[in-house]
Amino acid sequence: MIVYILCFALFLVGIYGALTKRDLIKIILSIGIMGYAVNLMFILFAYKTDAKFAILIKEGINTNMVDPLPQALILTSIVIELGITALLVTLAIRLFEKYKTFDITKIRRLSG
Amino acid sequence: MILPFLIIIPLLAAFLITLISGDKDNWAIVLSILAVISLLTLSIFSFFTTGNETFVYEMSGWKIPLTICLVQDAFSTFMLVIVNLIALTSLMFSVSYIKHYSGTWKYYALFMLMITGMNGVIATGDIFNLFVFMEIALFSAYALVAFGGKAEEYEAAFKYAIMGSISSTLILMGIGVLYATTSTLTMANIAAILPTKDPRIMYWVGAIFLAGFGLKSAVMPFHAWLPDAHSSAPAPISAMLSGVLIKALGIYVIIRFFFNVLGAPPIFLTLFMILGSISIIVASYLALGQWDLKRLLAYSSISQIGFILLGLGIGTKLAILGAVFHIFNHAIFKSLLFFNSGAVEMALGTRDLRKMGNLKDALPVTSATSMIASLSVAGLPPFNGFFSKLIIIIAAVQASHVGYAIIAVIGSLLTLVYFMKVQRYGFRGENKIEKPEIQISLGMKSAMVILAAFCIGASILIIPGIREVTLDPVVSVIMNKTGYIYEVLGR
Repeated sequence: MIVYILCFALFLVGIYGALTKRDLIKIILSIGIMGYAVNLMFILFAYKTDAKFAILIKEGINTNMVDPLPQALILTSIVIELGITALLVTLAIRLFEKYKTFDITKIRRLSG
Repeated sequence: MILPFLIIIPLLAAFLITLISGDKDNWAIVLSILAVISLLTLSIFSFFTTGNETFVYEMSGWKIPLTICLVQDAFSTFMLVIVNLIALTSLMFSVSYIKHYSGTWKYYALFMLMITGMNGVIATGDIFNLFVFMEIALFSAYALVAFGGKAEEYEAAFKYAIMGSISSTLILMGIGVLYATTSTLTMANIAAILPTKDPRIMYWVGAIFLAGFGLKSAVMPFHAWLPDAHSSAPAPISAMLSGVLIKALGIYVIIRFFFNVLGAPPIFLTLFMILGSISIIVASYLALGQWDLKRLLAYSSISQIGFILLGLGIGTKLAILGAVFHIFNHAIFKSLLFFNSGAVEMALGTRDLRKMGNLKDALPVTSATSMIASLSVAGLPPFNGFFSKLIIIIAAVQASHVGYAIIAVIGSLLTLVYFMKVQRYGFRGENKIEKPEIQISLGMKSAMVILAAFCIGASILIIPGIREVTLDPVVSVIMNKTGYIYEVLGR
């Protein structure tokens, strides 16, 4: 149980950072942390104590194995997060070129 | 089976465009127009052949709990028709609108990817696959919002991307919990297994999905990104975002998940009604104060999404009919209004209502179609917006939610007021406007005229004989609730 709570705490750290930080780069890092927490949650759901990976079971039927599907899902999700992070960093660089700052309180040409 | 082609064709077009087209040739335009015309034909064909049936396509020969399945029923094909119709007119509008940017082939490639994502979200019956297609559509939407390369556009795109990735993370978390509970990712199987589990899980996942997809569809407490993103993007992209993206990724998935998978639990229907009425009133009020035409239209989108959610929340057959009809109508007139704003911006170089004036002689087509669209969105008969709002209000009264009916009437009146403002200052104002040097091209004009014709013509969808083949199958899919399980799994 304690690992799930820690995993959720990691998620909250990410949300806290994304909502309160002023620096563009720190916001991007917080989004990354949120993503890691969710990925970790998937892996925890699939985990079983003393179980084997399905691919390592040589012969016979072994019912005590780790669920391989969440790991496949997480690979997809990691690729998506890579894309998102690259896009966000590109936008941050362009924003720095235009505004000469990473501070979001100074980047507000659009009115609320 | 038609559904796989609705995903393959735009994906193939996107890759071909990046491979063979450059800055000096027209391959990108030819390929994308061809792709979208074939998509529209296929989706109309599949809508009229589906009727009340459900077809399931299981990918690569596996059977259902193992495979990713595509589900073709009246509701998904109805949404596909809307997406591809708006995409076609939007491309027609783009051709000359986008000409003065550099690297236009990238625009068309991203546009095709966005259509891939939306068609995928609508067609799929697998919840993780839905997430992946949603990300494809959002990626291209972020890039397209920033396409103009001005400071404001980067700012809006960054804001949109941050909000989008927070909501995607929430949705992924919900998917993880669903998988841990039910050990399957096919939506029909989840719907079959979830009622046997602890009901608290259903409420938890429902809440987190409501936050996630509510952010995508910009319902009122989650709306902060929409006015920036939709007003900064190039006009045809604003039309796509406001017209179909928030519906395909937001409203469609909300309906699919809460009605067909969870079986419309009453607590969420009440939440829909509350969120919908907040959106209607507050967004209309905010729209009243705007002088930037595209910003006003963006706030108006939030308020119209509120009408759709209110209809869904009432949950009777008549209310769902109103909501489904309003999805169609809103896609048509909001896209048309964004095209109008794009044409005005191109000709006069401004979108400030105070700097616009009497455009009747300067831009006759734009001015006439904007009048039709304004009357339609404000809900005056005989235009299509009138009927869908009327149905929602009547349904609210019938279900004895008189308070919500009054809110809908007030919201409708406020809509009329701020579109009077658009017409009074913007398109029929007092400033004398000289004939502009930039001509509005034939493609842009025909895109506007087609949608204006739909604004008048779509009212016939409500005539009983026609309604039975168009809107009624869609409503019956939604009202069937977890009958979806039997339709998909066949047991």
